[in-house]
Amino acid sequence: MKKMNGKNKGKLLVHIILIIGSIWMIFPFFWMILTSFKTFSETTRIPPVIFPKSFSFTNYATVFLTLPFKQFYINTIITSFTVTIGQIIVSTMAAYVFARLKFPGNKILFFIVLSVMMVPTQIFIIPQYMTMKYLHLLDSLPALIIPGWFSAFSVFLLRQFFMTLPIELEEAARIEGCGTFKIFYSIMLPLAKPGIIAASIFSILWSWNDLMWPLIVNNSMEKMTLAAGLASLQGQHLTNYPVIMAGAFLAVLPMLIIFLIFQKQFVEGIALSGTKA
Amino acid sequence: MKTQPVAKIIKRKIKKYHSQEVVCAYLMLFPLLFGLSVFYIYPIFRTIFFSFTKWGAFGSYKITGIGNYVKLLHDHDMLLALKNTFIYTGLSVPLGLSAALIIAALLNSKIKGLSIYRALYFLPAITMPSAVAMVWNWIYNGDYGILNYCLSFFGIKGLGWVSDPSVAMYSLILVSVWGGIGISMIIFLAGLQGIPATYYEAASIDGAGAIKKFFKVTLPLLTPTIFFSLITSLIGSLQLFDLVFMMIRPGNLAMVNTQSIVYLFYRNAFVLNDKGYGAAISVVLLVITMIVTAIQFTFQKKWVNYD
Repeated sequence: MKKMNGKNKGKLLVHIILIIGSIWMIFPFFWMILTSFKTFSETTRIPPVIFPKSFSFTNYATVFLTLPFKQFYINTIITSFTVTIGQIIVSTMAAYVFARLKFPGNKILFFIVLSVMMVPTQIFIIPQYMTMKYLHLLDSLPALIIPGWFSAFSVFLLRQFFMTLPIELEEAARIEGCGTFKIFYSIMLPLAKPGIIAASIFSILWSWNDLMWPLIVNNSMEKMTLAAGLASLQGQHLTNYPVIMAGAFLAVLPMLIIFLIFQKQFVEGIALSGTKA
Repeated sequence: MKTQPVAKIIKRKIKKYHSQEVVCAYLMLFPLLFGLSVFYIYPIFRTIFFSFTKWGAFGSYKITGIGNYVKLLHDHDMLLALKNTFIYTGLSVPLGLSAALIIAALLNSKIKGLSIYRALYFLPAITMPSAVAMVWNWIYNGDYGILNYCLSFFGIKGLGWVSDPSVAMYSLILVSVWGGIGISMIIFLAGLQGIPATYYEAASIDGAGAIKKFFKVTLPLLTPTIFFSLITSLIGSLQLFDLVFMMIRPGNLAMVNTQSIVYLFYRNAFVLNDKGYGAAISVVLLVITMIVTAIQFTFQKKWVNYD
């Protein structure tokens, strides 16, 4: 009986710690949303106003009026999805090759891919920028999209996934006389769906949230993404936190929704990246 | 009947490569190899070359040898950036990883509501850093921020968390820990769930308590996972940029104590348009990253357990 009590106390303590941590995690979201509905004067009072007097969408309207926020959305959506589609095509093929095929250079080429993953991204940026300039693609969506098609991380993640798949199916198909590409396309690809979803999520998330590259290649408002657009919003409204919070919430909302829908895939994808293969 | 496929497999193993398979492998690799070469591998060498050049107007440049590196040695901002980046990395990585490890261990104790907790702790990790920075700026605000208000209940006098040069860096570190727990926690949780229950049963028979089990069973078996997270977090934090760029506005006195290597890279290469100097800064970052990673791989033998 006494032991049971001790165990329950332990559980309670665990819950208390986890709940305190959760409040820390969730409070900024709560505060962002509440502030976005306040008036400016409600944010300059002490003690602070916790709940706004009335929930009005004025600040959201201001965000759309002072900046081409709709265009930011369109740009970010187009960029994220085009990057992801291209990246998945390129990466699944390469990942399958690295995971399963025997060819001279497999080890060394995969080592090069891993090295690209470990190198700080800033080392690529100046020449990438020069390439975009040379191709007359500065200040355009393709400038945001093209480098994203080639992702060492995505190849690494998908290779990890292909290595977890049973090899017997492939062996059987090979004995049946199927060609390598056909095995990849009609047998492995359908099996790799969870891995592909995980890699796509990472890709969308990364392009959605990336700040530095859009900031560098695209200068005009019409070609900006949400992340870079927020910098302009902050620059324009400085301490008008209700408007800034409205913009921030608008920028993160789609990812929050995707996360709520694909939570399981997010978690599995991250876990996959950490497993040793 | 059953021996036939086996015989075929053995035959394939003897003949090392299948020509059809090799051709197919290279064809399927081609898009990746082409793209990586153009956008990632060639740029590494190009940046190293650029680091030995001086850029004039309209994108013309001339080779100046080690001029940029000599300038770096005397650049007070670079010295500060190195110091700031090391403070940031040195604190945010161990703090973030230990917090994530504790949360993961707690979540692994067969507790109710695992998926809800997991979602809550993971939420910050998927949120756009520029938006995160703006929200925390508001929470940290010296005049009307909610943090100062909360602290006033404990009789603590508030301060400008991102405008006071002596605390701004620690405020950024706290945001980065907040945002980084989710990813490491999930990796740790996957690692924890991979530890066979029999190990714990054996430890229980030996009379080990929960804390002892954690240090004698969990931690040693988790070292490969910790090592992986350590490497990726270190590489990531050395590239601190988004938080500084969004939270410390130009003119903020705290810039001195928060500007990072990558912030200086961005400013020199794309604001001041001194791409040669910017390239030299990124080469320094590359070298630092390589040294840090090499040290990790050298010392892993001492503490990482591979079974």
